[in-house]
Amino acid sequence: MNFWNDPLKTAADWLMGVFMGWGMNEVVAHILIAFLGVFLLIMLLMVLDIFLVWIERKVVARFQDRIGPNRLGPFGLIQPFADIVKLLIKEDFTPGGADKVVYNIAPMLSMMSVLILWAIVPLAPVILSVDLNVGLLYLIAAGAIGTLSIIMAGWSSNNKFAMIGAFRQVAVMVSFEVPMLATLLIPTILSGSMGLNGIVQAQNTWFVFIAPLAALIFLIAAIAELGRAPFDLSEGESELVSGYNIEYAGMKFGMFYAGELLHAFTFGGFWAILFFGGYRFFGLEQVSPFLAVAVMVFKAMLGYWIIMWVKYTMMRIRIDHMLAFNWKFLTPLAFVLLMVVALANALLAGTPAWLYISGMFLSNVLVGWAALEVARTVSRREREKVEGVVTT
Amino acid sequence: MTAEQIIFLIVALVTLGSAFMVVTTRNLIHAAFWLVATLFGVAVVYALLNAGFLAVVQVVVYIGAIAILFIFAVMLTRKDARDQGPQTNKTWWIGALLAVGAFFGLVSLVLGWGGSSKAAAGIPSGFDAVGLLGEALTSPNAYVLPFEVASVLLLAALVGAVYVAFNRK
Repeated sequence: MNFWNDPLKTAADWLMGVFMGWGMNEVVAHILIAFLGVFLLIMLLMVLDIFLVWIERKVVARFQDRIGPNRLGPFGLIQPFADIVKLLIKEDFTPGGADKVVYNIAPMLSMMSVLILWAIVPLAPVILSVDLNVGLLYLIAAGAIGTLSIIMAGWSSNNKFAMIGAFRQVAVMVSFEVPMLATLLIPTILSGSMGLNGIVQAQNTWFVFIAPLAALIFLIAAIAELGRAPFDLSEGESELVSGYNIEYAGMKFGMFYAGELLHAFTFGGFWAILFFGGYRFFGLEQVSPFLAVAVMVFKAMLGYWIIMWVKYTMMRIRIDHMLAFNWKFLTPLAFVLLMVVALANALLAGTPAWLYISGMFLSNVLVGWAALEVARTVSRREREKVEGVVTT
Repeated sequence: MTAEQIIFLIVALVTLGSAFMVVTTRNLIHAAFWLVATLFGVAVVYALLNAGFLAVVQVVVYIGAIAILFIFAVMLTRKDARDQGPQTNKTWWIGALLAVGAFFGLVSLVLGWGGSSKAAAGIPSGFDAVGLLGEALTSPNAYVLPFEVASVLLLAALVGAVYVAFNRK
């Protein structure tokens, strides 16, 4: 049990030895080491957040056929630090008539709801903060706290646009939690565990090959939860003058903005854990936990890149179309898919691997095809109704 | 005083303080947010009792759905969040009498229990709380019938809500 095989336990034991040598009580030392671990994790996440700003700006530039920040430092790497300094030295105000306490707590809650998600993320078989056996429900609970923070921001700003933006955003977030829950049940069924480490360990074949439609629905619901395009009607500049964070400036706005980027990266990580095998890569994670961490970060970056790709390619969807899409198409599809996957999993349980994988894959494709056929028929009927009325 | 007891005391004080603020604050939105803090304190108490699933479900259902519903209802129906009238009405002494009577009744019940001085039984290793809960809710020998009836009740409420709010064109 040396450092390269089990870094966290080795460091904790060494620190415990040091603290006991200083004469500290064992329980107090334990608590102090836990706090140090949390502090280290949050520090690493915030530093990563800074570089996510740089990645986001470079990627959006490339998608828009330009270069992005390249003045400050090599490849514009100093740019995010300049942004942080700018945000920090801005005036810290509270708008007149705003609810002071709620106004100031909202950005903190928003960032908190993203940071607490990293307590359950397994970076390697031995590097994880808490092996919670209800990890997937914890993911939804953290989303609930994020929803609360947006309502607080919109309401306390004393601003009509902020309130409308917040209402729309919360309506979208609460609505899209339903198909997300249904698709989160699918890795639970396939792996027999709600804990993320159990789900990663059970993916001898990645779940994206067994339930591809579930991966797709989870991605769509996750992008809606994040409030990113194409679901960002509540904070599009041309629609609502940036929605719930209108009245925020300086580092409070920085908390919302950086929190959104970190949230996107976190959901990229969750997509990788749930459907793409997490830190596993053909046995590479057995070699060293640091390789597993590298694999996990690589897959999370890939998921984040796909989310960015969707954001900078697609147009914004109107709010009533968004909600109709969720309640009339995505939720029934997610529940039908859940039933089909559970049934197919039970029927194909004992069969050889190739038959199992191809059977599950085919069942997903069938459900997707049937859903598209139903949608096509319904929309054709609606179009015929309208075309009969319009006179050209 | 073990660490567990200290943590429980802190959490209980926070929960009770938030509950007190819910009923005494004059601003309705602040009352909703204090309610969120109270519900979160209850979730922490569940977690202290090793009921992790219940704690997370408490956050998801109570804070993520019910508290948000309260907040929406207040925001969409009131022009001014502050209450205008006096804090108490004419019959406040009946309420106070009942509350004090209930408090003394509960305290005497808990003191007569005797279990608060014994240590809690340890949970056996390999105790799969979530699995046992799942089996209890779906096994025909356990609670599958009440579970299904509750689902039908929720479906009836959903249909009723859609019917009431349906906009006939």
